[in-house]
Amino acid sequence: MLQQIEGSRAVALGVALCRPEVICAYPITPQTHIVEALGEMVKKGELENCEYINVESEFAALSVSIGASAAGARSYTATASQGLLYMAEAVYNAAGLGLPIVMTIGNRAIGAPINIWNDHSDSMALRDAGWIQLYAETNQEALDLHIQAFRLAEALSCPVMVCVDGFILTHAYERIEVPDAKAVDEFLPPFEPVQVLDCDDPVSIGAMVGPEAFMEVKYLQHHKQIRALELIPAIADEFSKKFGRQSGGLVKPYRIEDAETIVVALGSVNGTIKDVVDEMRREGHLIGSLAIASFRPFPLKEARSALEKAKRVVVIEKSLSVGLGGPLSDGVRKSLSGIAMKGHTVIAGLGGRAITGKSLKDLFLKAERNELELLNFLDLDWKIVNQQIDRERETRRSGPIAENILKSIGTVASRIA
Amino acid sequence: MKKPFAITLDPGSSLANHTGSWRTERPVYVDRLPPCNHACPAGEDVQKWLYHAESGEYRKAWESLVQNNPFPAIMGRVCYHPCETACNRGALDESVGIHAVERFLGDEAIRQGWLPEMKEKETGKKVLVIGSGPSGLSCAYHLRLLGHRVVIMEAEDRAGGMMRYGIPKYRLPREVLEAEVGRLEKIGIEIRLKQKVNDVMEVMEGFDATFMAVGAHIAKRAYIPAGDASRIIDAVAMLHGMESDSRPRLGRHVVVYGGGNTAIDVARTAKRLGAEEPLIVYRRTKDRMPAHESEMNEAIEEGIRFRWLSTVKSMEEGSITVEKMVLDEKGFPQPTGEFEQIEADCLILALGQESELDLLKNVPRLETEKGMVKVDHAMMTSRPGLFAGGDMVPSEKTVTTGIGHGKKAARHIDAWLRNADFHEEEREIAEFGMLNTWYFSDAPKTVQPVLDLVRRQSTFDEVLSGLSEQNALFEARRCLSCGNCFECDNCYGVCPDNAVIKLGPGLRFRFNYDFCKGCGLCAQECPCGAIKMIPESI
Amino acid sequence: MSLQPVKFYQTGTFTVGNRLLDESMRAVQANMTRTNSLNSGHRACQGCGEALGARYAIDAAMRAAKNRLIAANATGCLEVFSTPYPETSWQIPWMHSVFANAASVATGIAAALKVKKKNDVRVIAQGGDGGTTDIGFACLSGMFERNDDVLYICYDNEAYMNTGVQRSSATPPGARTATTPAVGPHPGNPFGTGKNLPLIAMAHQIPYVATASIANLHDLEAKVEKAMGIRGARYIHIYVPCPLGWGSLPSDTMKVARLAVESGLFPLFEAEHGEITSRIPIRRKVPVEEYLKLQRRFAHLFGEDRTAIRMIQEIADRNIAKFGLEEK
Repeated sequence: MLQQIEGSRAVALGVALCRPEVICAYPITPQTHIVEALGEMVKKGELENCEYINVESEFAALSVSIGASAAGARSYTATASQGLLYMAEAVYNAAGLGLPIVMTIGNRAIGAPINIWNDHSDSMALRDAGWIQLYAETNQEALDLHIQAFRLAEALSCPVMVCVDGFILTHAYERIEVPDAKAVDEFLPPFEPVQVLDCDDPVSIGAMVGPEAFMEVKYLQHHKQIRALELIPAIADEFSKKFGRQSGGLVKPYRIEDAETIVVALGSVNGTIKDVVDEMRREGHLIGSLAIASFRPFPLKEARSALEKAKRVVVIEKSLSVGLGGPLSDGVRKSLSGIAMKGHTVIAGLGGRAITGKSLKDLFLKAERNELELLNFLDLDWKIVNQQIDRERETRRSGPIAENILKSIGTVASRIA
Repeated sequence: MKKPFAITLDPGSSLANHTGSWRTERPVYVDRLPPCNHACPAGEDVQKWLYHAESGEYRKAWESLVQNNPFPAIMGRVCYHPCETACNRGALDESVGIHAVERFLGDEAIRQGWLPEMKEKETGKKVLVIGSGPSGLSCAYHLRLLGHRVVIMEAEDRAGGMMRYGIPKYRLPREVLEAEVGRLEKIGIEIRLKQKVNDVMEVMEGFDATFMAVGAHIAKRAYIPAGDASRIIDAVAMLHGMESDSRPRLGRHVVVYGGGNTAIDVARTAKRLGAEEPLIVYRRTKDRMPAHESEMNEAIEEGIRFRWLSTVKSMEEGSITVEKMVLDEKGFPQPTGEFEQIEADCLILALGQESELDLLKNVPRLETEKGMVKVDHAMMTSRPGLFAGGDMVPSEKTVTTGIGHGKKAARHIDAWLRNADFHEEEREIAEFGMLNTWYFSDAPKTVQPVLDLVRRQSTFDEVLSGLSEQNALFEARRCLSCGNCFECDNCYGVCPDNAVIKLGPGLRFRFNYDFCKGCGLCAQECPCGAIKMIPESI
Repeated sequence: MSLQPVKFYQTGTFTVGNRLLDESMRAVQANMTRTNSLNSGHRACQGCGEALGARYAIDAAMRAAKNRLIAANATGCLEVFSTPYPETSWQIPWMHSVFANAASVATGIAAALKVKKKNDVRVIAQGGDGGTTDIGFACLSGMFERNDDVLYICYDNEAYMNTGVQRSSATPPGARTATTPAVGPHPGNPFGTGKNLPLIAMAHQIPYVATASIANLHDLEAKVEKAMGIRGARYIHIYVPCPLGWGSLPSDTMKVARLAVESGLFPLFEAEHGEITSRIPIRRKVPVEEYLKLQRRFAHLFGEDRTAIRMIQEIADRNIAKFGLEEK
């Protein structure tokens, strides 16, 4: 059924179709609307057989999910930003214990300075926690990925994060095809755990493992992700056959056949990139793009075959590996091991900074002219940066950076002082 | 379920980890010697029979008791219960009223006609016992239990010895005595009455061994100048006379000379015969009197008077002359030269007794000491096969000691007949400090109902009546079971490593040394000190 | 003479069991077929109070729940000594996630059971004092205020023992720990610090809060049983001496626990919906010295200046007055 709805609502509907048995809710912008919507569905009785728990923190949210999952319930929670970091210990734990929890990340920047807007710093911070990370490009895909995520998580006994760009997707109203419940039930069978807290077959879950077996346990986590490289496209294919549209998968190439320049990115920015690609194609540029839909596991092989014939790769990163560059570039570079090719990392859109088509086009043209650096910061205001650098050089007690910058750009509130 | 590797484990799989290897000390269950058992001259396993009594299994308790003492009903009445003096519970609240439970069991056995179990096969050996006092009867009984045939020769016309002729009825009703002695005959002991033995060598013929326990029936005398009309009699004769048809006539003013239990018995008997406030004269002070305190207290309650630090110098018609004494630094009484006259129709001497050893005259090289027969550790005289015990050998002269002698002699005789040695097992004494008294509730001693005072001054009814079944149970359950497991489950419960295996009712516990880390909590928390930590040999 | 009713004076009601007591009057621990939920082979130190407390509590809970029980466990001694790969000592379905989240994990388990309509299966969360009063406090408080159907058991050994005896908010004043060493002008843990979690739990108005001690097994089991008869959030705080951390003899574990109660330093009480409903009176009152002197963590208090001991006695006296621990 087609509906014109907010992205968060779409995600909530998708999750509800998966018949989660335990949902843990803790508010944090921008994912809050998702759990609000789910709470309403449970309260109304639209979502049956589901315990909806208002917890006291994100750490508790995931911890409750861990308990529920270990006791055999299909468990779901959602978070963002600081919330994801606050639950970080449990994030690793859920993966280490192999509990197939699905969690939505309404991607958002991490403070300080505190900032509620979109980038990928949060999910990137936990990219190595052992979870599968799927990045949605559109709200339709956000909905669809949750259905696939439960299927994947439970097939592998591995938790899955579905990363949905905060505001850009979560708060955007789009036309969404909401799948039929019966079809989802057919696609996603009831959860059958590989291990469960069961009085009739008691086990101890969460043993302390020493050097004699820890590496093996960790390898087995890795092995699950290797298996996921096959399962993710298989599930996406099956989904496509069942529901009549492509969603998810490992990578999504766009007009790369003869491209000399290929732009690689995660999530919703791919929409803008594709618009720019189309525009530049019309102007005769040999440019294409590659959306990475599964960041963990990272599809090295698929990325390589998509990129290997290009002359240059431009990676748009919504996350800064401070002191190095961007995490997505790391994967891309690894996928191209042994191939001589120009590669550029572009840090863009941090803290919700708009990534405009114009900026991107300028960027890609610059790349074509081979004028791009290895590491670039899209639309960075060098004037402000340099002012602060100077200030710090001149004054020992130079004051708080964020507040200084706000003063420099002359925001309304900063004039009060 | 197919479990994930390493993080998920099968239940209880830690049993593969034998933590017993951590141990430097290991606990072991011990059966220490409870102080009551240790103090009992008859060697009764008090704690053991109380254990059965605690669960209301009186028959079992009695059967356990009579393994060591054939006369619980008598014992419970006449024994001065050194067991209770030694009882560890005394340090907690009051000692357990062992004698009262013993008496309850003895009376119950009489009422129900219980007989001891005869487990041993007949040996075909025949043993002679001379004298049917506590020692002789006890020896005969134990020999019989061991499968020997026993003949007792008794000079008097009734069996019992001092239990009959020395202990007043108000302390030991004769039907109790008859019942317990009668039980011995029921298990096949032959008692030949009025068979005074004049020559042991003669009667020993035809027996494989002989035990003598003829007692001490001859009263010690003191020279007291007395007028013709004055009446001086000895305690032995007086108490013996109580068993004949004509009771001794003593008069109104009776003075008893002596400080032992016999003096008390005599004075209390005199009171019952009509004497007004009998007076006991003793040359030392009250706290030095050999008589037992309980006896003395009962006597005082009944109106017996005492005169301490006095010696009888002479007796005149209707009075005696006493000299006041003082104690010197060593505690010996010394004359003061001060004299006093006291009204007295009769003076009864209770100065101790001696044995009649004439029957031994033909025993070659027999060793004696102070008018008593010397015996070795096995109660055997210098003549092989001739054993002796009771008041005729040097030791404390109580019924219980006599019974103990009888038992000891019987076991040695049994061994001697088999050309073997008998050894008493040595056990560590369970001292108060070994107990964990936290686990015991305060519980005062059940006091036996005491016969109404007026009645007991004038009749020979038994002064102390027995415990009801309920009281006996209560009292038995006050036992701390010193040094012996009573299955409280503490060790089983307090082991952090589940290394104590409970074997079930009556079977106690076992340590599982595979897992015992040797922390010692079980030993520390054992209420009765029945667990000992011993160093592990590493 | 008046007859006294026949009681079992040999042992009173203090021993674990007794062959003469009616089965119903014996502790769960006296039963030959007790669950031994925490089995042999665990790696707790000799004389570990926590191992005992856990077996006591879980066995009692198992009986109350007819063996339908799942436990979530915080990180800590109990977790480490019971489940080092490849062996576990637990006989029940058991789970460990991380240090701070035992209460939340239990909430999740309870939620799963509810949604799966397994109403017969009951959930316990357990942890040490660090995992309960410090790092796990937020999760615990959340579980309390939501009134989730979980019995949380804190095994309080008054410091972080697993990591080498560091101070927790349950460490008593004066006690030496690795982070409150017995040096300087005010050696040991400062006075006027710490928190009383049972009272905080009561402030949540949850259906049931109790304190218990391994030294009073019958009381402990009765409280667990009572807690298991109630639905909603419940809390039992069990006092478990740690021979290693406290510097007491392994064989003195029970004695130390007993003296903590008898001195008034660890009051035993129950509270329902925020109101105290019962307390165990002190049986044989002892001065705090009797308790303190068995433990090396308090050894520095026995110098010439006994002020600290006096202050600890004052704490005990206040407890006795506050909780009414002396029988009139």
